[in-house]
Amino acid sequence: MNSLPIGYRFGLVLLALLAGSPWLPPWLLFMLTIAAANGLVVLGCMLFYRAGLVSFGQALYFCAGAYTTGLVTNLLGVIDVLLLLGLSGLAGGLLAYLVGFLLARYRGIFFGLLSMAFSMILYGVLTKSESLGSTDGFNVPAFTLLGFEPDQPQVRFTLLAVAVAVIWLVSLVTDRFLRSPYGPLLVAIHDNEIRTEYMGASAKNTVHLVYVAAGILAGMGGCIGATAVGHIDPTMAYWTTSGEFVFITIMAGVGSVVAPFLGALVFGIIYTIAFSESPNTWQMVLGASLIAVILLLPNGLWSLLAKRKGAQA
Amino acid sequence: MSQTVLHAKGLEKRFGAVVAATEINVEVPEGACLGLIGTNGAGKTTFVNMITGYLKPDEGRITFGSVDITGKAPREITRLGVCRSFQIPQLYNSMTALENLEAAFGIVLLNSASGGWFVSPRTPVPGYGAPIRELAEQALERFELTAYRDKVTRVLPGGVRKVLDIAMAMAVQPKILLLDEPTSGVSAEEKFGIMDMVMGVVREAGTTVLFVEHDMEVVARHADRVLAFYDGRIIADGKPDEALNHEQVLKHIVGHTQHATTGQ
Amino acid sequence: MEDLMFILMDGINFAAWLFLAAVGLTLIYGVMKILNVAHGSFYAMGAYVAASTLGFWFDNNMPPFLSYVALLVAAFVAGFIVGPIIERVLLKPQYDRDEHLILLITYGLFLILEDVLKLIWGVDPYFVSQPYELVGSFELGDMIYPSYYLLMAGLALAVGLGLMLLLNRTHFGRMLVSVIHDREISSAMGINVGRMFAITFGLGVSLAALAGAFTAPTVSVTPGMGVEVIVLSFAVVVTGGLGSLPGVALAAVMMGIVRAICVFYAPELELFVIYSIMALVLTFRPRGLFSIAEARKI
Repeated sequence: MNSLPIGYRFGLVLLALLAGSPWLPPWLLFMLTIAAANGLVVLGCMLFYRAGLVSFGQALYFCAGAYTTGLVTNLLGVIDVLLLLGLSGLAGGLLAYLVGFLLARYRGIFFGLLSMAFSMILYGVLTKSESLGSTDGFNVPAFTLLGFEPDQPQVRFTLLAVAVAVIWLVSLVTDRFLRSPYGPLLVAIHDNEIRTEYMGASAKNTVHLVYVAAGILAGMGGCIGATAVGHIDPTMAYWTTSGEFVFITIMAGVGSVVAPFLGALVFGIIYTIAFSESPNTWQMVLGASLIAVILLLPNGLWSLLAKRKGAQA
Repeated sequence: MSQTVLHAKGLEKRFGAVVAATEINVEVPEGACLGLIGTNGAGKTTFVNMITGYLKPDEGRITFGSVDITGKAPREITRLGVCRSFQIPQLYNSMTALENLEAAFGIVLLNSASGGWFVSPRTPVPGYGAPIRELAEQALERFELTAYRDKVTRVLPGGVRKVLDIAMAMAVQPKILLLDEPTSGVSAEEKFGIMDMVMGVVREAGTTVLFVEHDMEVVARHADRVLAFYDGRIIADGKPDEALNHEQVLKHIVGHTQHATTGQ
Repeated sequence: MEDLMFILMDGINFAAWLFLAAVGLTLIYGVMKILNVAHGSFYAMGAYVAASTLGFWFDNNMPPFLSYVALLVAAFVAGFIVGPIIERVLLKPQYDRDEHLILLITYGLFLILEDVLKLIWGVDPYFVSQPYELVGSFELGDMIYPSYYLLMAGLALAVGLGLMLLLNRTHFGRMLVSVIHDREISSAMGINVGRMFAITFGLGVSLAALAGAFTAPTVSVTPGMGVEVIVLSFAVVVTGGLGSLPGVALAAVMMGIVRAICVFYAPELELFVIYSIMALVLTFRPRGLFSIAEARKI
């Protein structure tokens, strides 16, 4: 009744996507997979964006997940993608749990910048770490799915299928979470934290909770990103990577759990087109798009679709 | 007749060289309705702030029932059963009146035994017997706010915001309710009506009330006991007749031309 | 002892650079409550403008020791042209919105400017080291240091003192302080807040450009040189306390010296150390080293 309609609709769209994908060119499959990876991260960002918080350091968990995948595959020989997803998510979540003790007390710009500091600390550690390949990073070997090793032509499709399945399931769970009293609580924290505290709720614990959830999601996103690209390096922790996630979060808006994937897709399309058209102006195109969205669609791209449907998803 | 539900002993609060409150000793029996009067800066709000956790007393203890609540965080104190309204109404300005109350009852549900990550908003709130939306509608009705149900609180008039603020505080079904200047900013002709209605609802629920007030007529009308503050101390504590006519109270707070009629 | 001297010199130099790079950012935040992500782009703009200016200067055999003045003038001219235009056109209409949205607009601006700089100046690096070489070097103990170190330190001091004088001794400065504390009341008292904003933004951009301009002779001016400046400036400004002039100075000195120590003994920790200081300071002083007091809310 609640999450089912949007869940079914989203699921159908994704199914259609998968059905059509054998006919899609590899670069498009790749872009879709990256969009799913980014979408996962942004789903997490959306949770604390509802509480009015913007993190400029989600790349920390994205990178942690990516490096977990890279290390586990290379050092322990574990290459089952589902297992990797789980481990990367766990790594992201654990790190977020630790960082969250400090970070959950902050609001506004401080939250954003302190989280950025942590991601830059990781970046600093990784770039100087010879054993981890420093600025070059290292490669991620091929993955298997439940023992099944996809052949070359099937690899991209298989990963996309996994990514899409994950983001669908996670969206359902997130939707359920936001429809519980936690949804309004997040908005309440943003609107009037004093009142919220005096109603007996703990803003700090709630923020900590969603921050850990976002860490898990970003870690999983990092796993998919690393597997799709086949390579990891410290730039995954750089502030510009976090900037992209924030970009997509704003573009998507908080209207629905479907919005992050949508926003990531639009971002991917703009990026791909802009970059191929003119490598020296793709940033300008991206920057102009962001400003356009902020000025014209303050509630993100989702508000366009939501208006047409005339309902809240 | 009833036991002491709130006990403040030897409270003291200083801000640098300024003594905001000193030697505050108050025992509040269950079901009482206490009026706190005094000039600005006399210590009434400091007292309320110490009880509700906004300020930590430098000295002294506050006990709620058998629990020591001195220096506890506001949310802990609220969960124990002591809630407050604010002089400047603290509402969720981006939400409607209904949504404000739904958020309040939502928090109650989350804090309760059946609260959890994925609890559905249709779950009855433990101890209240109805789901969030129903409770919110009931609260609106009780406080005569139904007309404002779907209006965003940012645009509501001052008196309405005040009442909504109190309705929010009552959502947690507190044992003790502290009202910080409930009629300040409310127009003269509305004052008594609003206060009568609010007090009616609150007293019906059996809540013990402490309210800070500047209007002596409101105090005389509703309080069964008056606490007068001056210069950080309590200078009178007793029935309204006695306290309001107390020599020191007349001198510092009420003024000698008391019982000035306002043509009401 | 030699080592200590070396660390000190290196530290002071980096501290001076950090201060110059970050001071414009804290000024803009203090007055306008905007965290300008495009700050790094303006820094880069200053470097590129310097490259062109110095190219022109030395190609036309202008007096070499006046090149420093040329740098100063070029930075401020660029800053006061570009700054107010951007502020009035892009930022002004958005002042009543959420602080995050304005920040993201400046992020979009940063992306745009990165490419604009590429379009104007191309992607090849510029080398304009004449001002650096001109002042030669000096000896301290057994070590030789570039005299440019002293120039940068001197410039940082001059900028710091100049701003302090501006804020405390001039009429304009006092109006600025008023706006820093409360925009609405300042406006109600007759201060033209809009004009203050435009001038402040121009000044902030000019200071960023100044930092870039005087750094240009020490590096190769390339695209993307502003990207790291943004995060570093953020770190310094937040550690010192958003909007605080003494704060950014103290934070710059702290970070400069500690980093110099780290680089000397454990170079792997270089990047780690600055952000760790920021995280550490914020843990114990959530609003940074110095912050403007906030009034009671209820």
